[in-house]
Amino acid sequence: MTPAGIAVLLLWCVVLSFFALAGGLFLLGVDRKLAAHMQARIGPPIRQPFIDVAKLLQKENVVPGNAIPGIFHLAPVIALASSIVILFYLPVGSILPVLGMYGDLVLVMYLLTVPALAMVAGGFASGSPYATVGAQREMVTMIAYEFPLAIVVIGIAWRIGAAGLSSPFALATIAATPIWTVVGPLGLTGAFLLLLVLAAVTPAELSRIPFDTQEAETELAGGLLVEYSGRNLAMFYLAQGVKTLVLAAVIVAIFFPWNLSGFIAMPPWLALPADLLFFLAKALIVLFFAVTLVRVGMARFRINQVVSIYWIYLSMIGLLGLLLLMADAALPALVGVGP
Amino acid sequence: MSDESKKAPYIVPIGPNHPALKEPVMFTFEMEGEVVREVDFAPGQAHRGIEWMGMRRNPVQIVHLTDRICGICGVSHTLAFARAVEQVAGIEVPERADYIRTIIAEFERIQSHLLWAGVAAHELGFDSLLHLTWKVREQSMDVIENLTGNRVNYGIVQVGGVRRDIVLEQHPIIDDCLGTYEGLLGKLLSLFLDDKTITMRCRDCGVLSKKEALELCTVGPTARASGVNVDLRQDYPYAAYGDLDVRAILPEQHMGETHGDVYDRIVVRLLEVGQSCQIIRQCLSEMPAGPVTAEEKLAKLLAICKKAQGEAIGRVEAPRGECFHYVRMDGKDAPHTWKVKASSYSNLMSWIPMLRGEQIADIPIIIASIDPCLSCTDRIAVISHGHRSVLAKEDLHRLSVEKTRRLQR
Repeated sequence: MTPAGIAVLLLWCVVLSFFALAGGLFLLGVDRKLAAHMQARIGPPIRQPFIDVAKLLQKENVVPGNAIPGIFHLAPVIALASSIVILFYLPVGSILPVLGMYGDLVLVMYLLTVPALAMVAGGFASGSPYATVGAQREMVTMIAYEFPLAIVVIGIAWRIGAAGLSSPFALATIAATPIWTVVGPLGLTGAFLLLLVLAAVTPAELSRIPFDTQEAETELAGGLLVEYSGRNLAMFYLAQGVKTLVLAAVIVAIFFPWNLSGFIAMPPWLALPADLLFFLAKALIVLFFAVTLVRVGMARFRINQVVSIYWIYLSMIGLLGLLLLMADAALPALVGVGP
Repeated sequence: MSDESKKAPYIVPIGPNHPALKEPVMFTFEMEGEVVREVDFAPGQAHRGIEWMGMRRNPVQIVHLTDRICGICGVSHTLAFARAVEQVAGIEVPERADYIRTIIAEFERIQSHLLWAGVAAHELGFDSLLHLTWKVREQSMDVIENLTGNRVNYGIVQVGGVRRDIVLEQHPIIDDCLGTYEGLLGKLLSLFLDDKTITMRCRDCGVLSKKEALELCTVGPTARASGVNVDLRQDYPYAAYGDLDVRAILPEQHMGETHGDVYDRIVVRLLEVGQSCQIIRQCLSEMPAGPVTAEEKLAKLLAICKKAQGEAIGRVEAPRGECFHYVRMDGKDAPHTWKVKASSYSNLMSWIPMLRGEQIADIPIIIASIDPCLSCTDRIAVISHGHRSVLAKEDLHRLSVEKTRRLQR
């Protein structure tokens, strides 16, 4: 790669990082506003998360006496950095994945665990019983939702691969050929089931109700984050925003990859911002159904209930979806050998 | 042997300040993984010395002090104290005052149970339900304000009667509120009882068997949810309850069986909201005309109280259970002895069997399920030379024997 190429790449990364930070906080603000309206409250202004972060950055950064300072300070940095990095591998609007040639959907799956692991490390390093219990719960939750998540990713990529496309795991391929256009009626049902599973994994990834056992305000007083304050807490908060955007981007990239410029002809200078806005709108809709609506309408599960929900019910639904997709791929072949 | 070391219990402290606790109390949990192995708690973090203040005042002043024992059950404490003093001084309360006392007490029950339901939903992480219940609770607060002039610390009960009458113009306001709640009750019941997540979290969680409930002398909804048929309004009627048909609400009436779990406590409290509506309706229609106080002039009332000699207890079924006031007067301005036992005092010990063997996740809802009122309960805190100490049963017994000897002298 030429130095100029690297410079362009770096520039894109910086731009995307700022977009991720701002977009993530914006999504959090909208989520709070929508939830408030559904609960017959007025709610905070949409810019409230920005105000919160600005306030936290000015606050004192307290380190508990029996914490391990090195890991304690490193965890928020890793959480924020790794969440932003995931976005470089995802298509955002009509911007193709910036680092798309270096990684695919499988890498994204692995990267999704890094912020959670950073939080676990931070929780254990806090030296507080609440944070320790929270960290244990976060690990259990991760183990619980990884399997359904893997089923979704593999199912979709396998079906696209079975349709004869090369490198099915590359997000550029998935974005270029929406799963809905490849499959028949059986596959549509299967893909829809997988979409449901991915939507159900989202609240756990973002530790929101009903899967927020690791932070559970009334039980663990904030759990993993209980000892964090000031700049470190602000970084975790930013990471939460970026993760929200990333999860929405994953769902959008796999299931709703269409762009506005694909439907309406427009000059390139207009296409980029229009597609970005369209992307944010799609992300908002996805998050509304996957996170806001769910967290308003449910109580928190116990950790053992979380595990059985993911391992038994959602894995079942996921496997059923996968079977339907396989049947869908096999069906044209069966029809082909007929008379 | 490695099993032993792997499963070594660790200590999780909850309190005195914690988001799950609405009032200060110190819990120490011995945990094994997510499971509670042993639990201990230490109340006494909110001792305010109210009895000490009371024993330096006259009964008319103390009535307003009792209003401030609890922010929620103000009427219950004032009523219990007033009834104790009335018995000592031999004051006959007019019938109309008894009915007004009953109406206010039942409105207090409605708002207290709705407040509790919201808190319970919040402890479960179900904030939408919290906002909904607290929104509908406002109407009962508005009616209470209309009837007494205050949202909390009502100041309506006086020794010998009540300080305000309920006039005919206020009936439509009360009717309107009762109609709203009777209409809402079915919706609230289905929201709380048919919700899948609430059932998953509350069924067979924090179980208190009928035997334990009896042995620990639990009172109020906590006892009734375990199938114990106790309700002072039915067992020892006071105020207007003797004229009314009040039956204790038990979970099997609604669910067909008794589990004695958190779910049953929700059932009992929600059904009691409906029962209170019926009681208020009955009171409104049967309320006799007449004066609302035995003695309007405070100076005369004080003179009667000053002459009184003897002891009496006042018992009232507060929203949380029996509220108990003991008063002993010996012909002085201030009572010789005044002892308050808030309903939570009888219920706190039931935490231990409820919490043992449960998960961390269930601690908040189980603690909340007896609707603890700790500031009302705290009567004593032993601090000498800046050092806190705990009095065991033997110490308390010795102290009480000494005190009885002193009183006999």
